[in-house]
Amino acid sequence: MLMPTFILLGIFVYYFLGKTIYFSTTDWGENPAQPALSETVIRTHVGFQNYENLMTDIIQAMFRNSLVNTFFFFVFFVIGSIAVGLLLTIILDQNIVGETFFRTIFLSPMALSFVVTGTIWRWLLQPDGGLNYLPTIFGFEPFRFNWLNSHEIWFQFAWGDVPQYLTFTGFAILAFLAVRHALRQDWYSAGFMSALAIIVVLIFAAGIWDRIWLPLDLPEAEMSMAPKGFNAALVGIIIAAIWQMSGYMMAIFTAGLRGIPEDLREAAQVDGCGKIKVYTHIILPQLRPFVVSTIIILGHTSLKIFDLVFAMSGPDNARTVVPGILVYTKGFRQNSFAQASAIATIVLLLVVIIIVPYLYMQLRSHD
Amino acid sequence: MTEMQYSGAKFRQYTIRTALYVSLIVGMLIFLLPIFVVVNTSIKDPATINLATTWHLPQQIYWQSYAEAIEEFGPRIWNSVTLVTNATLLSAIIGSLNGYVLSKWRISGERVLFPLILLGMFIPYQGILIPLFEFMRDMQLYGGIPGLIIIHTIYGLPITTLIFRNFYIEIPDEMLEAAAIDGAGFWDIYTQIVFPLSVSGFVVVIIWQFTQIWNEFLFAVTMTTGASEPITVGLAHLAGGEAVKWNLPMAGAVVAALPPIIVYMILSRYFIQGLLAGSIKA
Repeated sequence: MLMPTFILLGIFVYYFLGKTIYFSTTDWGENPAQPALSETVIRTHVGFQNYENLMTDIIQAMFRNSLVNTFFFFVFFVIGSIAVGLLLTIILDQNIVGETFFRTIFLSPMALSFVVTGTIWRWLLQPDGGLNYLPTIFGFEPFRFNWLNSHEIWFQFAWGDVPQYLTFTGFAILAFLAVRHALRQDWYSAGFMSALAIIVVLIFAAGIWDRIWLPLDLPEAEMSMAPKGFNAALVGIIIAAIWQMSGYMMAIFTAGLRGIPEDLREAAQVDGCGKIKVYTHIILPQLRPFVVSTIIILGHTSLKIFDLVFAMSGPDNARTVVPGILVYTKGFRQNSFAQASAIATIVLLLVVIIIVPYLYMQLRSHD
Repeated sequence: MTEMQYSGAKFRQYTIRTALYVSLIVGMLIFLLPIFVVVNTSIKDPATINLATTWHLPQQIYWQSYAEAIEEFGPRIWNSVTLVTNATLLSAIIGSLNGYVLSKWRISGERVLFPLILLGMFIPYQGILIPLFEFMRDMQLYGGIPGLIIIHTIYGLPITTLIFRNFYIEIPDEMLEAAAIDGAGFWDIYTQIVFPLSVSGFVVVIIWQFTQIWNEFLFAVTMTTGASEPITVGLAHLAGGEAVKWNLPMAGAVVAALPPIIVYMILSRYFIQGLLAGSIKA
């Protein structure tokens, strides 16, 4: 009975994933002699050429910008949604009258489509109206932020420095873990983490990054034509995404909160813990696994985000471009199917990096 | 002295609670701002809509934008209805059967099969979009609602299977064993015992699938064209372009949001169950 489902998902998920990866190594849509939409198109294997182009070719600078945008979107979207979600959870945990009513309101954006959310927020974020003009109701001057039309770029950096940053971040995290284990006198783990930290530095020093991280063809042109950094135009999109998802985070944290035994809180209060201490010492540590879940969910959402950006700033906006949009424009507008497949494969790889360890942990704890 | 301390504590308590309610209500108003703006703009006479007066109430309520938005959507509303009804029911029924098999029957390789089915829930759909397009085109299913029904049914199976499996684990095995001893077979047990017990499971799954499919955009915009598009694509067209008349997209947004919002308001408890099913350890 399970067989039809398994066969269908086998084809529509696993076979198709394999096919996308295969397409990404062909010239489908790149060869003028072979019309991309012809049913008898001949696809020639080109190895990693598409990936190399994506990482080095000046024409593909948009793709590299989309990766940078995803990174900043992810960071601020995760921090914002979790902060708002936790705040709502804690406030609504104080025996509030009308708790269910408030919960229903805060979760309601989750019932909306990202296209609806995007349409509404696009109107709200018009520079000469909407949110900017909210202070005028109270007689104040309007704000002057260009939101989706903003051309500012914060935290600018050069693409070629990314391996350096990655190495430094990796080393910092591992060194931090090593010190923490050492303080707990867990010498085995501390040694392991130290070794990993040294390996990370060695990888950098040995120049292995230079082979993976191909240098740009025209680094100066890229710096001026497609500078990397946090595009201010993304801020409005991040706010809209937080508006939509923080109620969901609240629902997850609330479910986690309800799983904490009441005795635990009472015991802490009997021991003289104040209200705030009960949260910092008992409740927040108990919620940690749920925070991990939400980071995974939000990370997954950031990597595949498409409809919200499409509805807010359109599919052709270079400042707010994300990989999900590029798969659509390259594949379904320009018929560069091989390029689109390569981008999809990179997104897939990033999702796998966060999802597989998580699923593994979940299923293991399930047994 | 003690009395004063007591009343001081009480006063503090009172202040804190007031602050809590004030911040909650302010938070709620901030959350509702976008809703206010969309409804407010949709009932204004387009001649009076301008950016600087976003927050002013309409002088006169003007319903015409809704009629126009619905006319612009045209067949797309009905497309969405057809799509959602079929795909929701199909994925719910198949998911229910899968859940029944996974929770109540021993199958070889279940420990591998189940995670593989679940993983289908987590893939970003960009990863299968291009082969899917090619497949649908070769099957002559590209561009229309029937193709989209098939797509949503199939990609809905992981979540519906998961929800029903977790739901059926709660049904005591003894009940089914007793029936099996009486000679009931695979189908008899399903139709006579399991199915009648799964009403609330079906409510959760149907609400979840309904909302997801109604709101979906990526498959909709890539797999359908013109008059076969669902409503989300219609809304994107309505709101796209530079010189937009804002009353139309706003009225369109309300129309597109209304079905899932109504369902959510009435049955939010079941909606939350669906929401949590995919995110929290079962």
